[in-house]
Amino acid sequence: MAKNGRGGRGGRIATAERAAAAPAEAPPLAGEGVWQRRHLLDLDDFSAPEIELVLNTTDVMKEVLAREVPRVPTLRGTTVVTLFYEASTRTRASFELAGKVLGADVINVSSSGSSVEKGESLIDSVRTIKAIGADALVLRHGASGAPYLAAREAGCAVVNAGDGWHAHPTQALLDAYTIHSRLGGVRGRKVVIVGDIAHSRVARSNLWALTALGAEVTVCGPPTLLPVGLDGRDRDGADEWELPPVRVQHNLDRAIEGADVVMALRLQRERQEAALIPSLREYSRLYQVNAERMARARPDAVVLHPGPVNEGIEISAELAHGARSLIEEQVANGVAVRMAVLYLLLRGRAPA
Amino acid sequence: MSRLLIRNGRMLDPGRGVDLVGDVLIVEGRVAAIGPGLEAEGADVLDASGLIVCPGFVDLHCHLRDPGFEYKETIATGTRAAARGGFTTVCCMPNTQPAIDTRATVEYVLRTAAAEGTVRVLPIGCVSRDRAGRELAELAELADAGCVAFSDDGAPVADGALMRRALEYARIAGLAVIDHCEDPAIASGGVMHEGWVATRLGLRGQPPAAEESFVARDIALAAQLGAPVHIAHVSTRRAIELTREAKARGVPVTAEVTPHHLTLTHHAVAFPDGGEGLCYDTNAKVNPPLRTRDDVAACVEALRDGVIDAVATDHAPHADYEKAREFDEAAFGISGLETAFGLAMTLVEAGALDLATLIERLTAGPVRALGLERSVAGLGSLAEGAPGDVVLLDPAAEWTVEPERFASKGKNTPLAGRTLRGRVAATVVGGRVVWRGE
Repeated sequence: MAKNGRGGRGGRIATAERAAAAPAEAPPLAGEGVWQRRHLLDLDDFSAPEIELVLNTTDVMKEVLAREVPRVPTLRGTTVVTLFYEASTRTRASFELAGKVLGADVINVSSSGSSVEKGESLIDSVRTIKAIGADALVLRHGASGAPYLAAREAGCAVVNAGDGWHAHPTQALLDAYTIHSRLGGVRGRKVVIVGDIAHSRVARSNLWALTALGAEVTVCGPPTLLPVGLDGRDRDGADEWELPPVRVQHNLDRAIEGADVVMALRLQRERQEAALIPSLREYSRLYQVNAERMARARPDAVVLHPGPVNEGIEISAELAHGARSLIEEQVANGVAVRMAVLYLLLRGRAPA
Repeated sequence: MSRLLIRNGRMLDPGRGVDLVGDVLIVEGRVAAIGPGLEAEGADVLDASGLIVCPGFVDLHCHLRDPGFEYKETIATGTRAAARGGFTTVCCMPNTQPAIDTRATVEYVLRTAAAEGTVRVLPIGCVSRDRAGRELAELAELADAGCVAFSDDGAPVADGALMRRALEYARIAGLAVIDHCEDPAIASGGVMHEGWVATRLGLRGQPPAAEESFVARDIALAAQLGAPVHIAHVSTRRAIELTREAKARGVPVTAEVTPHHLTLTHHAVAFPDGGEGLCYDTNAKVNPPLRTRDDVAACVEALRDGVIDAVATDHAPHADYEKAREFDEAAFGISGLETAFGLAMTLVEAGALDLATLIERLTAGPVRALGLERSVAGLGSLAEGAPGDVVLLDPAAEWTVEPERFASKGKNTPLAGRTLRGRVAATVVGGRVVWRGE
């Protein structure tokens, strides 16, 4: 994995070192040496300055999107391939538009109707895309770690557009951007992530990004939907333990007390069949984010959801469409964040 | 008359308390004498100066993949790998295609091993017909054909009633049932140890309780029936505690541990040695999974004090393409025959285990666990009349693991590039030198 362009394995340590090395004042912009990454595979070792660089670049991209003709030639002559092994509307459309706004050629490949259906392995599909001469590969895959495998073979920038339960870095970046732009910052903000954390790549990436940016994060859900070890209980001892520092709470009313941000996660209906929850009814009674519960949060608290929403299950319809909801803003910001990511990966690296 | 004199080594036969410098004379494939200054005119001579000379290693658990999966391994390549690893006897698991559940398949394995094999092969027969976990295989016939134990390894005997009947019925043959302890319901498709590393990687975890509950079940059955059960590749502290307690009560239970469960943790899946950044190392995907440091410590401790009877490789070779893929989809297993001694020696290096104990757990220990001396008299010792199976070891020699140079077809190891101390200098089977290190 040497070509990963990533730091050491100790996420927190690497973060501290990078933070110390970065200039203290204005967050640096592209080309000033902070962006050294060849791929965007996950956020677990991203430093605050690196994330801030993405957020600042997103501001510039928002400005481009606000133009009368939102087209710039920045990535003209480059080819972006999206390879999606799972269904997706917003992520895929968002990457495609991001590439096109920046002038890249975008080719969409999905597993159905391609050689994947004929049994081609991931590694062979990636080699094919490499042979075509892509500059960036945007990959969505059901198996955790698939983008790491792709990055070893692709010979181009790989962007993880969601892998299994593991990571969805651009979603977490757009969530951080949305929080940052609405609340004026992330540091010190109390963020509660509610629901099926165990099976959520969105939650995992958010835990890394938000804690790196200095948020106080609480995860809340039934014990059956929380991943092992987050509460620090592990037979390995603390010295080897490398997960983001978060609080774990099973009672939503308590968790939501004084929150600035509440993020509800999608609940997959199959969790009931796997006996992870007794029923959707009981789940929504205990964990639905609704107006009544939001009354315990801060008066200006906002609500996020990565979509697609099950209205009436993890979030009430009223709240999802109400004034506190940033759900549509998240989608809109998604394009700008993905423009920033493609730009940084393809144009942002300082010469070695 | 074929004669081989292994001269001037430090002879270590811990099973019989032998530790002396001298010679071993093998005549007509059997140990004729050991002692200092043996003379044997006209004998071939193997100089063992500066080397350890001990009984050839006995592996209770390997997958030779033949018949059916010859693209992964054959009896020829697997036994060559064994010889390089110092193993002169290997017990091969029956998860082949067809499975080893009939006399014909046992005979195929024995015939092929005799014709193409480099070391002794003792087949393990299935517990259930076609390893399907429903009806018993013809255990008495399998024993008669040459099987030394029964197992559905690769899978547990999930049905407790079948396990009970297997233990009971196997007494006709006087053989043990070896169980891969994993409650499939609790394991629920986990691909690595359930712990913080799995959480970090977003992979489905396999909780230790999946193994421990089946160890408890098997011990309860063995205790009730007085029938011997052997726990394959034990990997958790609690499973070891259960075994310890059962042994103390006199329950006929024995256990083995692999070199990788003695040395590696779940850390190896995400952060391979010297690697940069996060990884999903499918070469560290193995079942049972690599567990925590505490579990590793418990395995070492139990090996030292004899609660674990044997080091067994669980050699599980696979083709490259079965590993070079998504972690969820990759095959479980490590190609372990050729690295077993070097890897286990890291424990001796670290002072966690003495060399004599390690050798015992590779020789007399496994033979005692399954009663293999009933199949091959004197196996695992240098007693007079024992098979002339000897391994010469250079415990200080350093070497680098280069999977492309393995004799095994399976290059799947998480140890590639790692430097190990402790090398197999030569392997002798039945008085014939079958391997000499470069």
